[in-house]
Amino acid sequence: MARGQSASLDRKKLMADPIMMTTIVVLIAFLTLFILYPLAILLVDSLYGEGGVTLDIFQRIFQMRTFRTAITNTLKVGFVVGILSTLIGLLFAYVEVYVKMRKAVGGLFKVVSMLPVVSPPFVLSLSMIMLFGKAGLITRFVLGIYDNNIYGYWGIVIVQTLTFFPVCYMMLKGLLKNIDPSMEEASRDMGASRWKVFTTVTLPLLLPGLGNAFLVTFIESIADFANPMIIGGSYDTLATTIYLQITGAMDKQGAAAMAVVLLCITLAMFAVQKYYLERKTAATLTGKASRARMLIEDKSVTIPLTVLCSLAAIFVIMMYICVPIGALFPTWGYKFTPLTFKWFEQVFTKYRGLQAFRDSFVLSLIASPITALLSMIISYLVVKRKFRGKGFIEAVSILAMAVPGTVLGVGYIRGYANGLFHTGVLSGLYGTGLILIIVFVVRSLPTGTRSGISALRQIDKSIEESAYDMGADSLKVFTSVTLPLIKDSFLSGLVTAFVRSITAISAIILLVTPSYLLITVQINEFAEKGAYSIACAFATILILITYGSVVLMNIVIKHFGTSRIIKEVE
Amino acid sequence: MADLRAKQPKGVKLDHISKIYKDPKTGKDFYAVHDVDLSIEPGTFVTLLGPSGCGKTTTLRMIAGFESPDEGEIYLGGEPINSLTPNKRDTAMVFQSYALFPHYNVFDNVAYGLRLRKVPKAEIQQRVTDILALVELSGMEQRMTNQLSGGQQQRVALARALVVEPGVLLFDEPLSNLDAKLRVQMRTEIRRIQQALGITAIYVTHDQSEAMAISDNIILMKKGVIAQMGSPTEIYYRPNSEFVADFIGECNFLKGSIASAGAGQAAVRIAGVDVPVATEKSVRVGEAGEIVLRPEAIVIGDTGLLPCRVELSCFMGSYQNYHVRVGDTLVKITDNCPINKKVFKVGDSAYISFDKNCAHLL
Ligand SMILES: Nc1ncnc2c1ncn2[C@@H]1O[C@H](COP(=O)(O)OP(=O)(O)OP(=O)(O)O)[C@@H](O)[C@H]1O
Ligand SMILES: [Mg+2]
Repeated sequence: MARGQSASLDRKKLMADPIMMTTIVVLIAFLTLFILYPLAILLVDSLYGEGGVTLDIFQRIFQMRTFRTAITNTLKVGFVVGILSTLIGLLFAYVEVYVKMRKAVGGLFKVVSMLPVVSPPFVLSLSMIMLFGKAGLITRFVLGIYDNNIYGYWGIVIVQTLTFFPVCYMMLKGLLKNIDPSMEEASRDMGASRWKVFTTVTLPLLLPGLGNAFLVTFIESIADFANPMIIGGSYDTLATTIYLQITGAMDKQGAAAMAVVLLCITLAMFAVQKYYLERKTAATLTGKASRARMLIEDKSVTIPLTVLCSLAAIFVIMMYICVPIGALFPTWGYKFTPLTFKWFEQVFTKYRGLQAFRDSFVLSLIASPITALLSMIISYLVVKRKFRGKGFIEAVSILAMAVPGTVLGVGYIRGYANGLFHTGVLSGLYGTGLILIIVFVVRSLPTGTRSGISALRQIDKSIEESAYDMGADSLKVFTSVTLPLIKDSFLSGLVTAFVRSITAISAIILLVTPSYLLITVQINEFAEKGAYSIACAFATILILITYGSVVLMNIVIKHFGTSRIIKEVE
Repeated sequence: MADLRAKQPKGVKLDHISKIYKDPKTGKDFYAVHDVDLSIEPGTFVTLLGPSGCGKTTTLRMIAGFESPDEGEIYLGGEPINSLTPNKRDTAMVFQSYALFPHYNVFDNVAYGLRLRKVPKAEIQQRVTDILALVELSGMEQRMTNQLSGGQQQRVALARALVVEPGVLLFDEPLSNLDAKLRVQMRTEIRRIQQALGITAIYVTHDQSEAMAISDNIILMKKGVIAQMGSPTEIYYRPNSEFVADFIGECNFLKGSIASAGAGQAAVRIAGVDVPVATEKSVRVGEAGEIVLRPEAIVIGDTGLLPCRVELSCFMGSYQNYHVRVGDTLVKITDNCPINKKVFKVGDSAYISFDKNCAHLL
């Protein structure tokens, strides 16, 4: 059969649409330059030595004991954090979906799921140290323990679990809600106890989802830089080892090879998660629940579960609150009264806080609309259009999800410090604010694209087709139909990108130059020096900014969002 | 009211069009549409009819430009349009799901195409008002689309397509989301408007009664190829195959062999009786012959052409429904106004007869 004609016609139609054509070309160039190329250069760098292709560099790094330990450390932490987060997430999700609970408890749950989104990544490490460290409020003053060592393995595990379990909770909640209650009712009807229903019906249905949650957390844990940095002590993970290899040992080639190893691990996990588990999850849980679930009211079940979850939630919230409060004490661990604003003052008077906030704020503010727009355009192309190169665009933007920030950072150093392929071309980019903005964009693009795709999938394809049919070109279809319909999702993408950018650290810490002061980098510096009060003051202001922008977004969506226009009239 | 008649209805010609898809399961290529060759006169209403999956939507979307044909060329008003994008084609489509813009009100939905064409504001106002009057939606301009009933949404979709005065109007099962009664009402409406405006329309449906009711011509498709083209009467009374006969309404097939052949006429020997039928076909004596008989064309009585035995007799209100056995063949009969006639009971012996012009030789 001759399939040539339709392909060439499709190509011709694409050529007749210059806006679409340009967009695709620009997108492909962007993704290639700033995602694929930095990763490729790492591989080239670590395989290409004096006399051509060689495994010498890998051999060298694998001979370092520190590196081998870092690998086992990373995997050990990732594994335990993955399991703990999934279990706690499951508990929260189950209680929320199955158990009748008071409004206040529901509120607690909501706060818990929201906190990690708006806070910088290392906040929990700070509060962990302040509550349970040597001079910890709880260890020293409540329990009277004077030599508690929180730094190291357990510190990282606890902090990461508390940081990541809300993600599992949200994922599993969505899955549990989609399980048709009649399946469980049928089992109960045949005489199964509640526990039996859970183990024989709910759990098997949920199994791929649990695996999914585990791997997502595993990847997050492996890629996490900030927490191991602050609370790891001498317990190094891959991300911190790579960082030290660059900043301490000045061994960029070694770091590149290590980054390749880290990337391989996350990519493998990601491949399993994406192509095996996600598909299975979708297959077992199709369709929406047909009818509301009968909630468990049995007090012997509800009370223990609710109490357990509430305590956990309160604990997490307390950890977060500890940061702003810590910034108010004169000297943490020694002098608690009178409360003072001196740290906040010092942020601005002594430590150039204003510049830090301005730089972080401005760079993130520039990056977020670019990210939001790019991710919407990518989602639109992926979901609604048909063209060559679509597979590439989709694959690369999803791939970026699996790239740890540290790896990307090393890739940019190797790829841009001396220009493209060390030729000097584009070397002017390195060290500028522009490259920081690009890193912000690349780091938030996958999340934005993912939510954009799911928002667009809900819009009937024929709505856009009818605009197209009526004579609108691609740009007009996108601006007059697509964008207005996903306005809410666009807005929240905008804010998410902003929050992610202003709280980012892993890639940026490798690329920032003295001409830019970034808040997260500052916080990291002070925390490392042990200046926790000042770190807390910085972090508090940062949380206020991110929280403020989320609140602002909710207000805007409430008053101007599409869902309002459409819902209002119903 | 301004003259809403189409400025220039266009003809459509599909020149040996094929579309190949890859079967997602087996990964093999197959023809979703195969060598479809037809031409549609300007100002006529043509229906693409056929069972699910026969390639109707694919054909329509190739005309609109959403899919590209793998073979052949499409002409609109005499111009080849294969390489034009949908927005450059003089077509307007009414979608099954209506595809109204949920963020616009009725007026803005209808005005959308005119604004794209940079029509002056006053003229837009005029044309939208006129077209809304035509589809009987005057006064609803400010409503959001989800404040409308299904039938009203359908009218908005129709108005939105009509207002740009397309060379050809395309419909993809526009009524399938409506209830049965509204469906009948809307199809009459669509036909009325199409005739009033003199526009060319191509209409996809799998509902044969809908196709009969509104079309000038029906194109019946089967597995990607055209099974038969013709006016509704032609297709109904002169089907060219068992598939066509069966798809268009209830149908009986009587098999036998040709007993005699003459000019415009032949006789088929069925159960030992020579049954005369009118036909233009040239047939030879001794060949196998099969005649198609519509249930309402058969008369049942105490005397007649072919003897039969009654196996089912059922009062349906406006008619009596019979199943009778002729030789080995089951024959369905609908006998109108049974109150005036003798009603046969199960087990009775009877005769069936029919006019030779009502019987069609396949
Ligand atoms: N994108 C595609 N990829 C592969 N096969 C397709 C694709 N679109 C349609 N098909 C197949 O092409 C054939 C014709 O599809 P089409 O949508 O034209 O049918 P249809 O006649 O409109 O049916 P219906 O009455 O159910 O709407 C079907 O077998 C369908 O499965
Ligand atoms: Mg169809």
